[in-house]
Amino acid sequence: MDKHITAPITKEVARTLKSGDYVYITGTIYTARDAAHKRMYDILQKGGELPIDIREQMIYYMGPSPAREGRPIGSAGPTTASRMDKYAPQLLNLGLGAMIGKGKRSQEVIDATVRNDAVYFAAVGGAGALLSKCITSSEVVAYKDLGTEAIRKLTVENFPVIVVIDSEGNNLYETAAKAYCTEK
Amino acid sequence: MIRAINVEEITKNIKEMCIEANHYLSPDMDAAMKRAEKEEKSPLGKQILGQLKENLKIASEETIPICQDTGMAVIFLEIGQDVHFEGGLLEDAVNEGVRQGYVDGYLRKSVVGDPLIRENTKDNTPAIIHTKIVSGDSVKIKVAPKGFGSENMSSVFMLKPAEGIEGVKNAVLTAVKDAGPNACPPMVVGVGIGGTFEKCALMAKEALTREIGEHSDIPYVKELEEELLTRINGLGIGPGGLGGTTTALAVNINTYPTHIAGLPVGVNICCHVNRHMVREI
Ligand code: SF4
Repeated sequence: MDKHITAPITKEVARTLKSGDYVYITGTIYTARDAAHKRMYDILQKGGELPIDIREQMIYYMGPSPAREGRPIGSAGPTTASRMDKYAPQLLNLGLGAMIGKGKRSQEVIDATVRNDAVYFAAVGGAGALLSKCITSSEVVAYKDLGTEAIRKLTVENFPVIVVIDSEGNNLYETAAKAYCTEK
Repeated sequence: MIRAINVEEITKNIKEMCIEANHYLSPDMDAAMKRAEKEEKSPLGKQILGQLKENLKIASEETIPICQDTGMAVIFLEIGQDVHFEGGLLEDAVNEGVRQGYVDGYLRKSVVGDPLIRENTKDNTPAIIHTKIVSGDSVKIKVAPKGFGSENMSSVFMLKPAEGIEGVKNAVLTAVKDAGPNACPPMVVGVGIGGTFEKCALMAKEALTREIGEHSDIPYVKELEEELLTRINGLGIGPGGLGGTTTALAVNINTYPTHIAGLPVGVNICCHVNRHMVREI
């Protein structure tokens, strides 16, 4: 089903999204990938504060290519989410509303998604040029020294994603592949 | 007769090829993607392939890289043995080409200088360079920027000779199944059978640069390529891993003699952004 939602996202809205829904996101989201997650994790281990308030926010696992003059951002598609599996449950427990990436998640992440009424979306991997057209502004808000891996605040308009893991723990990667599998 | 080539020529070509490969897919890949969109059975899969087609159009028309992961630059050089390079070191010239391509071409710098200390080199160097000395007096340059979503899902299997062809099939299917949505399907699967531990991996990598639709000259290998493609597409993984009948666009297999005690199999997986460009100078 096609749905339009705004970001940030409340638990109430997250609960209405079902595995397999095609969703267009409009609003503000944040980017973070490997290096930024590691820093946030280390800060939390030491009892410190995160550089952004992540409650109800969506984190997009993405590191863009550099923007050409006059453009907000370069190519901007998702990176493999499983590399963030180590860090995601803790962020979800702190109120993170949604993750956008590509690829499988660990059972710990699925459990934390269900426990916290969150959602895991996939954006189409390798569609970075197309997805960049849905990003209208981009600003580095933390860890500038990490270059492409810095935390960015993005404004997005009708950014297309698909619900893979919903707040009930349904997993589209499992169900959809089974439907077309002819190989025993 | 010895032919002199100034290494500046190498730098210039590699710079251009890095930029070009990241904005335009080669015609064989482009055609394979269009064919897949027509043939895909899943409606969602078809929609995703449609998005990827649109993505390629935007990339080429607006000069935005096809994918933000513009890869680690893998460069194959086939150097005629009658060539004499002048003007500097060949390796430096290749890296300079990569540096200029990635910096001037607004490509992402995705290389860290030390695998554990992990500081970005900020110019995407060094490249991965494979050289081969061949006959003649020209240089064939192949540039294949490789994304790591799919690279991370690649494997080497050191099979026992008794496992035979069934073992090879299982190895390839296992690697593709494990890769699933992580490798941004539809994928291209490069396979190297035989040689040694490193030789099979290198053959698998080079197999990815073969034109889509071109098969091995060895009849049984060609059959194996076709059978594996059909079986991989029967796994149901589909475009984006969201279910469907297009999981791979091609399976390309290279083989080499091996030791009496071994059967090495390398499986190098590439996403649909299978970038490869060739020039001869
Ligand atoms: S695997 Fe390929 S398509 Fe996917 S993000 Fe990496 S380079 Fe891009």
